[in-house]
Amino acid sequence: MTQRNRLAEGGRIDREQPLSFRFDGTHYEGYAGDTLASALLANNVHLVARSFKYHRPRGILSAGAEEPNALVQLREGTRSEPNMRAPQIELLEGLIAESQNRWPSLQFDVGAVNNLLSRFLPSGFYYKTFMWPASLWLTYERFIRNAAGLGRAPAAPDPDHYDSRFAWCDVLVAGGGPAGLMAALAAGRSGARVIIADEQAEPGGWLLSDTAEIDGMPAAEWAAGTVAQLAAMPEVTVLSRTTVAGYYDHNFLTCIERVTDHLADPPATMPRQRFWQVRAKQVVLATGAIERPLAFPNNDRPGVMLAGAVRSYVNRYGVLPGRRAVVFTNNDSAYGTAVDLKRAGADVTVVDLRREPAGTLVDAAVGEDIEVLDGFAVTRVSGGKRVSGITVRGLGDEGIKASGTSRSMACDLLAVSGGWNPTVHLFSQSRGKLRFDDALATFVPGASFAAERSAGACNGTMTLAGCLEEGIAAGLAAARDAGFDEGGKTAVPKTRDVESAALQPVWLVPSRRAIGRAGKQFVDFQNDVTAADVHLAHREGYVSVEHLKRYTTTGMGTDQGKTSNVTALALLAELQGSTIGEVGTTTFRPPYTPVSFGAIAGRNVGRLMDPARVTAMHDWHVEHGARFEDVGQWKRPWYYPRPGESMHDAVNREVAAARNSVVMLDASTLGKIDIQGPDAARFLNLIYTNAWLKLPVGSCRYGLMLHEDGMVFDDGVTTRLAENRFLMTTTTGGAANVLTWLEEWLQTEWTDLEVYCTSVTEQWATVSVSGPYARHVLGALTDYDKLSPRDFPFMTMREFPVAGIPARVFRIGFTGELSFEVNVPRRHGLALWDALWQAGQRYGMTPYGTEAMHVLRAEKGFVIVGQDTDGTVTPMDLGMDWIVSRSKGDFIGRRSFAREDTSRTDRKQLVGLFTEDPHQVLVEGAQIVEQVRPRPPMKMIGHVTSAYYSPNVGRSIALALVKRGRERLGEQLWVPRLDGGRAAKVTVTEPVFYDRQGVRARG
Amino acid sequence: MFLIECPWCGPRQQIEFHCHGEAHIARPVDPDAISDAEWADYVFNRTNPKGVHYERWVHNHGCRRWFNVARDTVSDRILATYRVGEKAPKVTP
Repeated sequence: MTQRNRLAEGGRIDREQPLSFRFDGTHYEGYAGDTLASALLANNVHLVARSFKYHRPRGILSAGAEEPNALVQLREGTRSEPNMRAPQIELLEGLIAESQNRWPSLQFDVGAVNNLLSRFLPSGFYYKTFMWPASLWLTYERFIRNAAGLGRAPAAPDPDHYDSRFAWCDVLVAGGGPAGLMAALAAGRSGARVIIADEQAEPGGWLLSDTAEIDGMPAAEWAAGTVAQLAAMPEVTVLSRTTVAGYYDHNFLTCIERVTDHLADPPATMPRQRFWQVRAKQVVLATGAIERPLAFPNNDRPGVMLAGAVRSYVNRYGVLPGRRAVVFTNNDSAYGTAVDLKRAGADVTVVDLRREPAGTLVDAAVGEDIEVLDGFAVTRVSGGKRVSGITVRGLGDEGIKASGTSRSMACDLLAVSGGWNPTVHLFSQSRGKLRFDDALATFVPGASFAAERSAGACNGTMTLAGCLEEGIAAGLAAARDAGFDEGGKTAVPKTRDVESAALQPVWLVPSRRAIGRAGKQFVDFQNDVTAADVHLAHREGYVSVEHLKRYTTTGMGTDQGKTSNVTALALLAELQGSTIGEVGTTTFRPPYTPVSFGAIAGRNVGRLMDPARVTAMHDWHVEHGARFEDVGQWKRPWYYPRPGESMHDAVNREVAAARNSVVMLDASTLGKIDIQGPDAARFLNLIYTNAWLKLPVGSCRYGLMLHEDGMVFDDGVTTRLAENRFLMTTTTGGAANVLTWLEEWLQTEWTDLEVYCTSVTEQWATVSVSGPYARHVLGALTDYDKLSPRDFPFMTMREFPVAGIPARVFRIGFTGELSFEVNVPRRHGLALWDALWQAGQRYGMTPYGTEAMHVLRAEKGFVIVGQDTDGTVTPMDLGMDWIVSRSKGDFIGRRSFAREDTSRTDRKQLVGLFTEDPHQVLVEGAQIVEQVRPRPPMKMIGHVTSAYYSPNVGRSIALALVKRGRERLGEQLWVPRLDGGRAAKVTVTEPVFYDRQGVRARG
Repeated sequence: MFLIECPWCGPRQQIEFHCHGEAHIARPVDPDAISDAEWADYVFNRTNPKGVHYERWVHNHGCRRWFNVARDTVSDRILATYRVGEKAPKVTP
């Protein structure tokens, strides 16, 4: 029979719209307006999961975000999601869900043997058993991860797209129950810009489950009317299906809006979810309360549910989860459940831990002829995959021992209430201080830290009238503090008065038997933590809540202990003979419920994750088969393989061409900073280690930049364009940092200097032509006579047209060959490249990439900052004493040369290395030792920073930083291998391998 | 994420800024006249207070100006922002 638990009428479901769905391969039917949980219960399916550690059968405990048991694998394939909470999954046509953590099936699960072995799997079992020896942890871990588990993450990329949105508002209201709706209404009427976010498909919160009337209307109807009023206000935004997940500094909150998750066939144009990042002047928290279970033997059986949740299923979804119901409580609220169950046709008995309860709700129950056993406790639950009966026992006079008469009764539903915990998660995230409230026996918001206020049940106000009234007050106050103090006046809607008796705090239900002996008394359902585990932790000396949490894993599941934390704290307090307030809580962390990474990433995925910067000549490189390398955000040609060539072949060819004919490089990515102003030269004198005041106009100079600690952090060539104007070049990756560095000194230290820095990297396209025929190639495109060494010497700059394009031409390069670096406005970059390419054909023009560039510069011993240096290297360590001025006065980092550490004689110094086998190329980063031992540790004296095969030298070459390296020329050292292979024997050499006198570049 | 009042642009999200550490550390006028220890103090040592911290921020995705912030390191509240060259305001956390 389908939907045998469905009531004939009532509920906010549409019986005209049946929906079919599949759970664990079986087809069921539900209605539009159902959740997966309510639809399963309508079909009398209570067993929906196996527990995390003991694989115990579990049912649906709650009707909301707090659900610890009913976690399912939702959907199939790449859209599949694990650990989704069944009470929060809106039912849709064709929905597919599977239970988790069971094999081969939910009904028969082999892992359930853990339950029988549980005596041997106490708290801390894994910790104690597997921490030693540490080396075996990786072996254990595989088995443990397999055994403990929830759902599976999909293996393929997420096919959906997600949006992100920034928003500002005067008042953000978190939660759309009675308090939240009134707060939004009052704040909205005062003219404030309001966002109200509610996690459910329709706002209303508890009103959707309640039978109360507001202003003479059913509560749910009143809620819908209020939402309509809000939606009509121009400055109010109502976000449903939106969870306020995180509360951060300065009233920055994140919300996750589920835009199309509830649609069977979502349009491709819509994002699946939207991640809101909201800055609110004021926040009203109206997040309600979460009911807590009681700890008694086998309190986790399917069919044991929270009393409030049962009421939701009856009233909101028209589902009667059981026909023979017992309501077990320590407070009045569960009597509402008893009455509604009875009216829906169930047999109901109330078991109350209190003696002689009285109040409006109790009277109503008695009026319905419901039997009330007061001063009784449930001491036994029978049934395996579904509760089939209970035993109750009378409590002694003090109410702490179950010593009285016992009675057993059959039942198929046990609705439990241990009281309510205000949902203080967001309040706590905002750094508000929690206060323990004795009457409610739970934590409530105390002193605020952020600009927020709590209203309604999350503030400990548990009556409907109180929630409505507090909501108005909070909304008005929030609007006032945001600068809107008029017009918000709102009358309190009329409700019926309810009188309640006090709750009697009970955590571990009294029993005649020792703890854990009559069945497990679960505290944390999701992580399978029992009251006995808390006792064990106490016996073993875990006195702090933080230790208790980590040792027992209480509250560390995906539900973050929404139903368990306060109970665990109360048990610990009892054991320590202190109060719960003294024991304190652990810190609440965002997010309130899990947020998918996809939503946080939003559109910033794939190509949009990071911008790709390309030069004006990029298309040419692509057409000519270049392989690319990422340098910062730049795409730089790495090498240009010809058909059939390996990378090694191509690089060797490019490197040889540079020394024998002519080559060209796209050097546009080098950082370029235009520096102007009357104090520009003085400024460079402070920034660089060498002298700049007397550099003639039209001349270039290489410079090193240091941090104040004396360590090299960037280098490049700077040219004097005019008396008060320089063009600085930086490394490709360091350009932005260098500009920031210059600005920092100008703005914060040397504010008296008149200097202006502008990044012009993107404004220029740069082609470096290099090699013995470089002058011939360039000469074909301009006046050859201008290029003579006398008119245009090494390290100078001239301005003249090249191929008819106005250009700045620099006689500088990074290859050690005769080089011209031609700079033209970016828009002419491709034309320039083409012209040089054509003109170079008769000389064997070869385009080369960054790899050949690295080999060429290593042949010359030119360092790359960041590769041959690592922030601990001084100019002297690099053998570049010649660039450090001793006479020009102060510059950044100079004073640090005298520091003890920088002036010691055993520092690592740059040297070259030759391997014994000329074809062996060392691994960059490899350690260097004097003596090889069979295995580490060995005394390391340095490391390889650059290593290549050099066709021009005819062997492999390497640069390295080695302790006292300059004293070791000719010495033999070793480079061991991590994989245990034979260590390489190397000889220390000068770090320049080619044209040591530098004749070729000057030619 | 902080909300930071740039003295030139007004309130902006933290992602537009970078923090550059403690403010009001003047570079020694004559580095040679001070001891190694005093130089090391300038280069390496910072106060790292629990409470009000005066620090430099740059609005690098905005006006690219450096300015100073007085922030309570306990509460992360920003107590004042002011331009370079202005005197540090007296604030209480």
